[in-house]
Amino acid sequence: MEEKFIIQVENLTKKFKDFTAVNDISFKVKTGEIFAFLGPNGAGKTTTIKMLTTLLNPTSGNIQINGFNSVVKQDDVRRSFGIVFQDPSLDDELTAYENMEYHSVLYKIPKDTRKKRIEEMLKFVELWDRKNELVKNFSGGMKRRLEIARGLLHHPKIFFLDEPTLGLDPQTRNHIWEYIQKLNKEEGTTIFFTTHYMEEADKVSNIIAIIDGGKIITQGTAKELKAMTKTASLEDAFISLTGKQIREEEVSGADRMRMRRRMFNR
Amino acid sequence: MDANVIFILWKRQLKRYLRSKSRMIGSIAQPLLFLLALGFGFSSVFQQAGQGNYFQFLTPGIISMAILFTAIFTGIEIIWDRQFGFLKETLVAPVSRLEIMIGRTLGGATVASLQGIIVMIIALLVGFVPQSLIMIPVAFAFMFLVALLFAAIGTAIASRLEDMQGFQLIMNFIVMPLFFLSGALFPLAGLPQAVDIISKADLLSYGVDGIRSALTGISYFGFAVDFAVLGVFTTVCLGIGSYLFSKMQI
Repeated sequence: MEEKFIIQVENLTKKFKDFTAVNDISFKVKTGEIFAFLGPNGAGKTTTIKMLTTLLNPTSGNIQINGFNSVVKQDDVRRSFGIVFQDPSLDDELTAYENMEYHSVLYKIPKDTRKKRIEEMLKFVELWDRKNELVKNFSGGMKRRLEIARGLLHHPKIFFLDEPTLGLDPQTRNHIWEYIQKLNKEEGTTIFFTTHYMEEADKVSNIIAIIDGGKIITQGTAKELKAMTKTASLEDAFISLTGKQIREEEVSGADRMRMRRRMFNR
Repeated sequence: MDANVIFILWKRQLKRYLRSKSRMIGSIAQPLLFLLALGFGFSSVFQQAGQGNYFQFLTPGIISMAILFTAIFTGIEIIWDRQFGFLKETLVAPVSRLEIMIGRTLGGATVASLQGIIVMIIALLVGFVPQSLIMIPVAFAFMFLVALLFAAIGTAIASRLEDMQGFQLIMNFIVMPLFFLSGALFPLAGLPQAVDIISKADLLSYGVDGIRSALTGISYFGFAVDFAVLGVFTTVCLGIGSYLFSKMQI
């Protein structure tokens, strides 16, 4: 039975000590939709994705992914989605093929279909020729494409992308959205993504939710958001909804490491 | 338990080790320096004190050192891995944390044991003579046990740390004291009482002693005690490591 809403979130809250990162949000994503989840830095986007993908347990509230409860049916939920994280999550010391192989073992893809599926996905992102190269020699764009291929290996019904195009050139960004739109059209995969590039959200998504200060402040199509705020572009609509103030994020250990990694690796 | 999952996690650790030449060279250079500088430097003093050949005595200690450092480090690597890298990808996969912990720890322990074996081979080339060949497998067993113990301790520590800032602290306050007070460098007999107590509480002491008795016949606690202590604490630390790892938040 196909669920009409593949993601259902009810009264979701996440508290870290006395800080509330996500504050009682509810939303639904229709099966087959491209859903953009937008918000300024520190709005609660990544925390929400972590809860949707079972990396964090909610403080309260309920999440249903593909009909499964995210806390009780963790493994069923995990089989239902693929994900591209904000930070690269490939093993640099392994080849492209080995990274794919690793993933297929974890997702228990049978041995006889494994090879075929890896080939299919590497060809999909045009990396088949470079399958035996170490990932550390790949450019940022190639790594992202490989992560996309990897996230799709096990035929997920939902594909989460947390700022998938961050730091990439326009050519590569275009390319990546082409893959994703193709996937959505041909396989009917539901796409849930975050981005800071408003024109991407405008172009690609069917529906947009804007989160700020841990609350969803509005939800609708790009057109509706523009009409609502009487603005010409989604960027203006976004700023009109979330304010002009620059968000100060507390620097966490992860951010410090991220900065150091950027310094050394790029 | 899925053996395939554990196997691929183990294989990954091994591949990473074999591919990063700089890491391999770096982690062999330090034990080698200790072995040569101390081994030859103290040999005449040791001999005059009636304790026999210091190089023979020291080699098992330095093997233990190589294993200790590598094993702790493979555990600590989790911190790095969980922010960037594969661990996050592994944690959203439909596998249990216990499988991940077991695969990783076995992989780390294998790498650390290999490191110990390399140091042993170098020592053999420089003039170390094991007492009997039959006992070498026993030494390997102790080496693996030590590796497993400290890989588990490393994992337990890493599960509680947020970033690499704490790493230096761990080196200075845990790893170094473990090494220096373990009897790796000096005999444990006839120590002042305070040092004696600390040395007996140091789990590495039993590893060093086990490896040393297997390779050279010089024993302090005896095989049975060494094996029992290491066996019990390795099991306990694997348990604690698994628990903390399963509670770890991303």
